[in-house]
Order: sequence, then C-alpha cells, then structure tokens
Amino acid sequence: MSHALRAAPPRTVEIKLNGRPVQAREGMTILQVCQRQGIEIPTLCWERTLTPVNACRVCVVEIKGARVLAPACARKVEEGMEIETHSERVRHSRKMVLEFLASSVDLATTPNVDRWLEEYDARPGRYGPPAPPFAEGERDRLRAGHHEIPDGTHAATVHQPPKIDNELYVRDYAKCILCYKCVEGCGSDWQNTFAISVAGRGFDARIATEFANPLPDSACVYCGNCIAVCPTGALMFKSEFDHRQAGTWDESRQTVTTTICGYCGVGCNLELHEQDNEIVKVTSPLDHPITRGNLCVKGRFGFQHVQNRGEPAVRDGNGGPPAPAQARGGDGKGA
Amino acid sequence: MILLWGSNAREAHPIFFHHVLKAVHAGARLHVIDPRRTTSAQWADTWLGLNVGSDVALANAMGREIIHAGLCNRAFIEHATTGFEAYAAGVERYTLEHAEKVTGVPADAIREVAHAYARADRAELCWTLGITEHHNAVDNVLALINLALLCGHVGRYGSGLNPLRGQNNVQGGGDMGAIPNRLPGFQDLENDEEACARFERAWGTPINRKYGWHMTEMLAAIDRGELTALYVLGENPVQSDADAHHVRHLLASLDHLVVQDIFLTATAEMADVVLPAAASWCESEGTVTNSERRVQRVRAALRPPGQARDDLEIMYDLARRLGHDWRYDSSEAVWNELRSLAPNHAGMSYARLEELGGIPWPCFHEDRLEPSYLHGWLWEDPLPRPPVPFTVVEDEPPVDELSEDFPLLLTTGRRLDSFNTGVQTGGYISPLRRAEELELSIADAEKLGLEDGQRVRITSRRGSVTAPVRVQPSLRRGLAFMTLHFPEEVETNLLTINATDPKSGTAEFKATAIRVEPVAGDGLGDRAAAVEPVAMAGD
Repeated sequence: MSHALRAAPPRTVEIKLNGRPVQAREGMTILQVCQRQGIEIPTLCWERTLTPVNACRVCVVEIKGARVLAPACARKVEEGMEIETHSERVRHSRKMVLEFLASSVDLATTPNVDRWLEEYDARPGRYGPPAPPFAEGERDRLRAGHHEIPDGTHAATVHQPPKIDNELYVRDYAKCILCYKCVEGCGSDWQNTFAISVAGRGFDARIATEFANPLPDSACVYCGNCIAVCPTGALMFKSEFDHRQAGTWDESRQTVTTTICGYCGVGCNLELHEQDNEIVKVTSPLDHPITRGNLCVKGRFGFQHVQNRGEPAVRDGNGGPPAPAQARGGDGKGA
Repeated sequence: MILLWGSNAREAHPIFFHHVLKAVHAGARLHVIDPRRTTSAQWADTWLGLNVGSDVALANAMGREIIHAGLCNRAFIEHATTGFEAYAAGVERYTLEHAEKVTGVPADAIREVAHAYARADRAELCWTLGITEHHNAVDNVLALINLALLCGHVGRYGSGLNPLRGQNNVQGGGDMGAIPNRLPGFQDLENDEEACARFERAWGTPINRKYGWHMTEMLAAIDRGELTALYVLGENPVQSDADAHHVRHLLASLDHLVVQDIFLTATAEMADVVLPAAASWCESEGTVTNSERRVQRVRAALRPPGQARDDLEIMYDLARRLGHDWRYDSSEAVWNELRSLAPNHAGMSYARLEELGGIPWPCFHEDRLEPSYLHGWLWEDPLPRPPVPFTVVEDEPPVDELSEDFPLLLTTGRRLDSFNTGVQTGGYISPLRRAEELELSIADAEKLGLEDGQRVRITSRRGSVTAPVRVQPSLRRGLAFMTLHFPEEVETNLLTINATDPKSGTAEFKATAIRVEPVAGDGLGDRAAAVEPVAMAGD
C-alpha cells in the first residue's frame, strides 16, 4: 500500500532575471523567484494564502518580447524567460499606480507605502488638493454613468466616513484600494460566506455587502478573515480603531504571543497582540497548516471574557448572558 | 469523499470546515448525515436527514448494502479483521426498506451514500456529538467503525475515522491521564504492568492501580453517599450536565465542594472554597492537544487579574498541604517528566513543538516523525498485532419516548458564535447572537399556531422552561432544536435526560421528548420563571 500521494518532482527552468541567469522550479511565480533571490517587488493585492487577482498592478515586471507588463504575483516562470524587475518602463508604471492610489485613497495605515512612494519618485500631490469627502453612504448610491465631468482642479478621492455598525470591526473605505483580498478571503479561497463583493463600475467601484446593508443585516459571520488580509487598514478591529482614534495605539508597547484558541478542538494558533495587559487584536500565522491565517468569530473576537475586569460587559438588550465579570475583578467572591 | 455524521462542523469546527471546503472545491464529494439540514449539510452533495437516534439502523443498513452489492474490501477484511461473518449475519435484518422505516431516510439515498463510501479511493468518516451524546453512544461509534473496516477506509493516508473534538484540550486531557482508567500517555492503569512500574519508580511511591470513576459514575456515587467531597477544575456541571435539577441536588448534598475556575460559575456559586485560576489559554504556559492529536504550546500573553493563579501553582500548593513537596521550575519541567514516562510523547521537546508548529502523537523519538495517520499497521504483512474485531450492534431508539403528552423531539447543539454554557463567549458582544430560542419546523409551528418571537413553555418529563420560538426551515416535522449557550436565560438542561451510555457515561443530550405550549400574555418579564423549577410531570 502506498502511504502518501506522491506527485512527480517539479522540473527546473532556466530564466534570466535582471540579466542574470537563474534556475527556478517550474510552476513558481515570478514574484516567488524574486523573493528567493532577495529582489523586492512591491505588492498590495497579493497574499500567499490567496489566489492572485492581479488587481493592483504595483508588482508588474517587464518580460522581453511581451507587449504589456506582467503581474509578477500571478505570472509563472517559463523556460528562457527574460525578466526585468526595475526597468524604466516598470518604474514608471509603478510610480503611476502609487500616485493614483495615494492621491485618491487614505494610505496612512498601509505598511511600506511611504518607502515605495519615495523609491519610485511618486508625487501624488501633483493631481491637486483632494476633492471634498463623500457624505456617509453617498458612494454606495452612485450609479454608473451618472457623473458630472470633473473640472480637473482637485484630485478625485474615495474619502468618506468609516462604517461603524457593529462592536467587532470597522470598515473605513476611505482606505480601500479595491485589492479584492477581503472578497477572496470571504469567498471561495477560505471562508465561503460570500458576504461581500465589488459593486459599481470604474471609479465608483466599491466593496459592498448585498444592497449595501449594514453588516449585522448581511451574511457576514464576523470571522474577520477579511481584516486579516486587508493591506491598508481599511478593515480594522474596533479595538484598534478606537485606540487609534484616542491616540493610544502604540505598537512599540505591544507584544505578540502565539497560543492556542480555547474553543473547539481544531487547535487554531492565535497571535494575541497585547498592549498594557489587554488583548487589542488577534491574528493567526499565515503559514500555520491548521489556519493559514484564518479564524472563526470565537477565535478572532471571543477573548473579551479574560479582560472584562470588574465591570459587566455591555448588553444590547437581547444579547447573550451577562459576562460573569465579578470573579475576574480581583475583589469578587472568589478572590 | 468526506462523510460527516452527526457533525455540524461549519459552525462547531469552522476552520476544520475550511479544509473540507477546499476539498469540495477540488472535487471531493461531501455527504452529511444529520437530523437537521445544518449549514454543513447545505454544502453537501447528499444530506441524509435521519431520525434522531437511528444512527445504528442507518449504519447497519449501509453495511448490509455494501456487502450485498459486493463492494466490501474482502482482502482487507480477511487480512486485518475478525468477526465479519457474525457482523454480516447481524446486519442482515437491516434491509434498506427496514432502515427507511426506522431512519426516515429514503432507501435510494441510503444506497447511494453506501455505494459512494464503499467505492471511494479515500474516505474520511468524521463525527461529533450527534453520534456520542446518546445513551448508546459507544454502539453508534462501533457501527461507524464497522463501516470503515468493511471498506478498508482506515490506516491509510486520506482514509480514516475522525471524531472531531469539541474542546481545545479534550484530546489532551485524556492523553494526560485525566480520565479514570489511564495514566499520562494513555497507558492503562490496570493492565499495563510495565507502565505502572515506570510511574512508581519515577514517583517513588506505589500508585493505586485501580480504575476510578468518570463523572457520571461520580454523580451516582454522590447519590449513594459514597462520594462526599468534590474538587472541580474548569467545569460547570450545574449548567452543562443533563437533568440540571438532579445535578444541583447532588452537589448540594456534598460535605465539601471545591471549584477552581476563571469565573464564579453557577457551580462555583455552590462551592465551599473557590480557587480563582488563570485562564489556561492566554495567562499560563503549557500544551494542549487538538483533534488531529497535534500537541501545541499555549503561552501566557496576559498577567492574570487579582489573586488568580496558574493551575499548576495551585496544585503544587495543594500537594504541599497534603504533605507532598512537588517542585517543578516551569511547565516545561512538568512536560519533560511526562515525556520521560509516556513513550508516545517522548520525542516532543518544547523546542521541537515550537519549530514544527506542533507535533501529532505518537512521536517516540526526537529525531523522527511518525506518519500523520494512525493504524497503518493494519495494512502490514504479516500483521504485527492481533486483527481488529467487527462488533455486532443493534438499533436502540432514544430513551425518552415520544408520547401524546410529549410529541416533539428536542435535540441540542452549538451555534457558530457561542460555546457550551456561554461562560466565555458571553464575554464578547456578538452581532450574530440572539437570545436563546426554540427552533421549530415550519409544519409544527403552523400546527401549534406559533410565529417567530412568540414565547412558549417547553416541558419535558423532568422540567420546564420558556423561550421565544423561531421557525426554522432546516428542521423536519417533529424535530425541535435548542442550545445550552444561555443557561442564565433558558436553562435547556432542565429538560434533557440523564440517560447515559453505560461505557462512556455520556448523557443523551440529543434526544428529549417535549411538548410546546404558548405562554399566556406572551411571557414578558417571566425570565425568572425560566430558571425556576416547576411542578414536574410524572416520569
């Protein structure tokens, strides 16, 4: 009896990367080869746990003989391929992508983007001052083709107030670059809940629940697997959002401890982000074979019982039982 | 193919179900056997909506069909099993027609799933409490084992029997000897002379080589007056056990009750002494073992509040008071002692657990890993151990019989965002959470003239509670559903029956005969009444 399924060993292909001959395993993407070679390719919509969607175009590279630039995150290496990762054409393309994003979207909580803006000489300010933000819900009502022609004096933006419609996480679509990662994580890549999708066309395109309903009236199951893959902080734990609003979010005072979820028997690894002896965020390692970075609502948000210290949890009238907080207060009957 | 039997993994094991869905998207067939058309069943190629407690009848009929269609794995049966002839004779009366009558599942559907299971190259048979929370739980499990043996779906990569564990360390608890018949390392307390001697040498003291009581037996012993003091760690039996009135009465009759918990639970409220504990998953160091037998590290991220202390420290102090000077520098020192005494954990150093992201047992050596599945020896030739037996099991309906007075069958389970008695999940505000409800089928709600939100009194032979109704299209006529998540509001376990399996001690939470009546005046403000005992109907 065979004890495991064995695939045929992958073949090796020879490519040229920035003029240098490189051997790579057949089936690898250009991005994977570059990562192994220590060449930094900026990425926003790519995540190793998700199917590439080629949405952001910031990872494009030049392939000799190809008419258009190719997304490194999805394009697989082929025998004899000659790739330039930082040619003038590539740098110009990345500069434009970064300028368009940075002039229209709030990238204040996007890791690395400041560095990339500098590296590619991107100057989003040259598109003019930002246009006034949209009112709450206004972008959700936009219809394709129903637009006034802009006068060109202001940079078009997606700025709008954040959507705060539940106690667990916030959707701040002024920060959304439409990378599709949340849609993929919620959809067939992992969660298979399909609570969100892209609605609208062109510059009106936005991530929306069905009929733009608030989350509590949508199919959302609050696994937070969308937050886990969001590259810009558009999707954020309410706890992190509140800390940031209050100016008390301080990653230099935080520790990250990996432990095992206390619910069910699956054994999901939790990364507890702690600040001042409070859990402020929960993630899961992307490379762990059990979760691949995903959790359910209990693992992601069900930690509050260990830090309801003294005061009972807020109840919304028809919610769950009152948190038995007294015993955790230190002055309760048990202490 | 994946066969989920009595498991709503979509809600109870959501990240496991991600893996199931990956397989489904890659072409695997998923078949779900459950009285409810659960959110898991909604992903299935076939859903067999059987009557509660008719699992043995269904499994035996599948076995008979597989034998009669010539689909059983003769070579494997002859090589690795015993008792096939008796099994084949035993299932002979479970024809598809008979099974259809008993289980409510159409004969064609039973045949289809039986053939699919038998013909699959690789098949996983997974189950949860839908199999084990019955008075004949062990028979149910044996019936499933019979099917796996019949088809050779065991001991191979991708083929196996997989009970999905409901709690993060229920596997580890048993592995570590927190069950009455085993030493740490799952070594038999009465029959493994070598293991017992190893522990006696290490601890320098003779050990009591006698099986203890499991929880159900302890409750019986309290009833007989033989057990007078109880030390409860991290359990809330007053709310989690079946027939709550009875459990409360038993605990109240103890001379002494000690409860060690992170909360002042309903059980702790009754205690003489409460020992406040640190939360094991985020305030202390150690290991837990998951459903795939993977031992993983838990680590402290927070300082425990107030006077709450690590479970280990509390136990050291207790041992000292009892005259035993237990000294360990760290949880790792305890673990290393375990490794020295439990060969199946010997290779799992803390460093290696860290490096590999956990290791499934058995792991005998520090420089080697065993296959990720068990029972591969069943395929070795010659067979290195005695062959494994088929077991003849018979269908037995639930103990709590339906009658004119109690015409509906209540089954219990979990919802996605909550966990057991809600002691932990009650602490966060879930947008998915509604108050506890009695879920009824469309047909029964119509017959009783009930609508969503209407408050009803639910009465079993043991107790009575009130709750609002929710009409649930996924339920078949005659079936009702509740959870145990909100005992402060609706104490569901006042209704359930303490009919336990003689071997596992598990109570039949899955089958309670009830009646449902509208509450006059819609019951506003009668929350208190929901947890007060009422005059009990005759048993």
